[in-house]
Amino acid sequence: MLFDKFQTMADFQAELAERDVVPFGAVTEQILSPTEGVVEGHKVILAGTNNYMGLSFDPRCIAAAQAAVAKWGTGTTGSRLANGSFAEHEALEQEIARFYGVGHAIVFSTGYAATMGMCSTLAGPGDVILLDADSHASIYAGVKLSDADIIRYKHNDPDDLAKRMRRLGDRAGQTLIIAEGIYSMLGDVAPLQEIAEVKREYGGYLLVDEAHSMGVLGDTGRGAAQAAGVEDDVDFTVGTFSKSLGSIGGFCVSRHAELEAIRFCIKAYIFTASSSPSVIASTREALRIISSEPERRQKVWDNAKRLYEGLKALGLPVGPTASPVVAVEMTDRSRTIDCWKALMEAGVYVNLVIPPASPSTNFLLRNSVSAAHSAEQIDAIISAYAGLKEAGLFEPAQAA
Amino acid sequence: MTDYLEYLDFLYSALEPLNRRNVALSESTHLVADIGLSSLEVMEFIEKIEDHYDISIPLNILPDVNTIGELALKVGELNP
Repeated sequence: MLFDKFQTMADFQAELAERDVVPFGAVTEQILSPTEGVVEGHKVILAGTNNYMGLSFDPRCIAAAQAAVAKWGTGTTGSRLANGSFAEHEALEQEIARFYGVGHAIVFSTGYAATMGMCSTLAGPGDVILLDADSHASIYAGVKLSDADIIRYKHNDPDDLAKRMRRLGDRAGQTLIIAEGIYSMLGDVAPLQEIAEVKREYGGYLLVDEAHSMGVLGDTGRGAAQAAGVEDDVDFTVGTFSKSLGSIGGFCVSRHAELEAIRFCIKAYIFTASSSPSVIASTREALRIISSEPERRQKVWDNAKRLYEGLKALGLPVGPTASPVVAVEMTDRSRTIDCWKALMEAGVYVNLVIPPASPSTNFLLRNSVSAAHSAEQIDAIISAYAGLKEAGLFEPAQAA
Repeated sequence: MTDYLEYLDFLYSALEPLNRRNVALSESTHLVADIGLSSLEVMEFIEKIEDHYDISIPLNILPDVNTIGELALKVGELNP
């Protein structure tokens, strides 16, 4: 039967409904600010968004979007290749290329389309893709479409990458290595210095997905490669507008002039409509803001460290280092759901993550912080977790 | 060039610790349906083979591999 494979999910949904929880696709009924909303009837602090720079309500971004919708209309009604390249799109491409200090940029309609499009197009039959085992679903979807040989290296393990590059022999030179700046589930950062070293030794091309690290890492917010000082080793940077830039869309930038030819080979670019001009306008404004207001980067890290240290002090298993994504790892599904529900009731919205979206068989309560969170809000999130601990909701081994 | 039978022997020995159902292993034993390997165990098992022969097994070939015999043939192709 066609539907048999969906039964596990249907059973899970039924179980959640019985327990009166809506962790997936919880409806935000009102959005009160970048950090507060009403979700499923609860007024909550939003600690499960990717609004790292807190720009979703910035008056300058809103004004830019409003002006653009009046000037250009609500949508382009066409692909970039046909009628959908407006002056706004072209301007954003120039600005994002300049932001990264390279010559070439492509703007996509979503971040998923950007990574999926690049990963499916850059390597083809006879080429090799070496991707981190914990890569995002959009990377896996892309490489599957590529017809290249797909090989995984162990998560954040440059030695395993080097071993696999060595095994490729002559084919190392036609290999696309893929890493992410910050991994979205646990918030861990890729060891890009070591990965770049492997590339220098064996050859190949390096693509870095800075979706969660743009704005957050690097002296001017370009991401993990800038922070690691290896931007010259990166051939392609992909990223998104839907996190630090507070809108929706994706990009690829490169110093290779070939990107202009590659552009017209990417189906995820050709066969989809371009972003609404208002989205592009707010993105352009947000890019200007993250360039000129580095204090936002400082603030998101202050908040990240405050939350990380607070949860760690409670004895919760939070991973090795502080990051704007702070995940509490749980082993029991039922307990994780209870915790998620109790957090909502205590006024905190976080993400519930279940395998295979989580990198292991563990379940996650994934928290993310914004530059817009106040220290008081971070403390309120920690207090909510403390309340859960007191109520005995965490597994004994994890609440020691 | 290692012989097909030698590949089989190595695969049998590498599978032994994962063979919880104590299935009698043969060329036609199905890795998932018979032995009941989880997707995580499949990846660990593949890694063991990769390190033993110092090769990388691309993910693309996995959909075509169901039995121990099919895997032995693929490993042979990747280890000239």
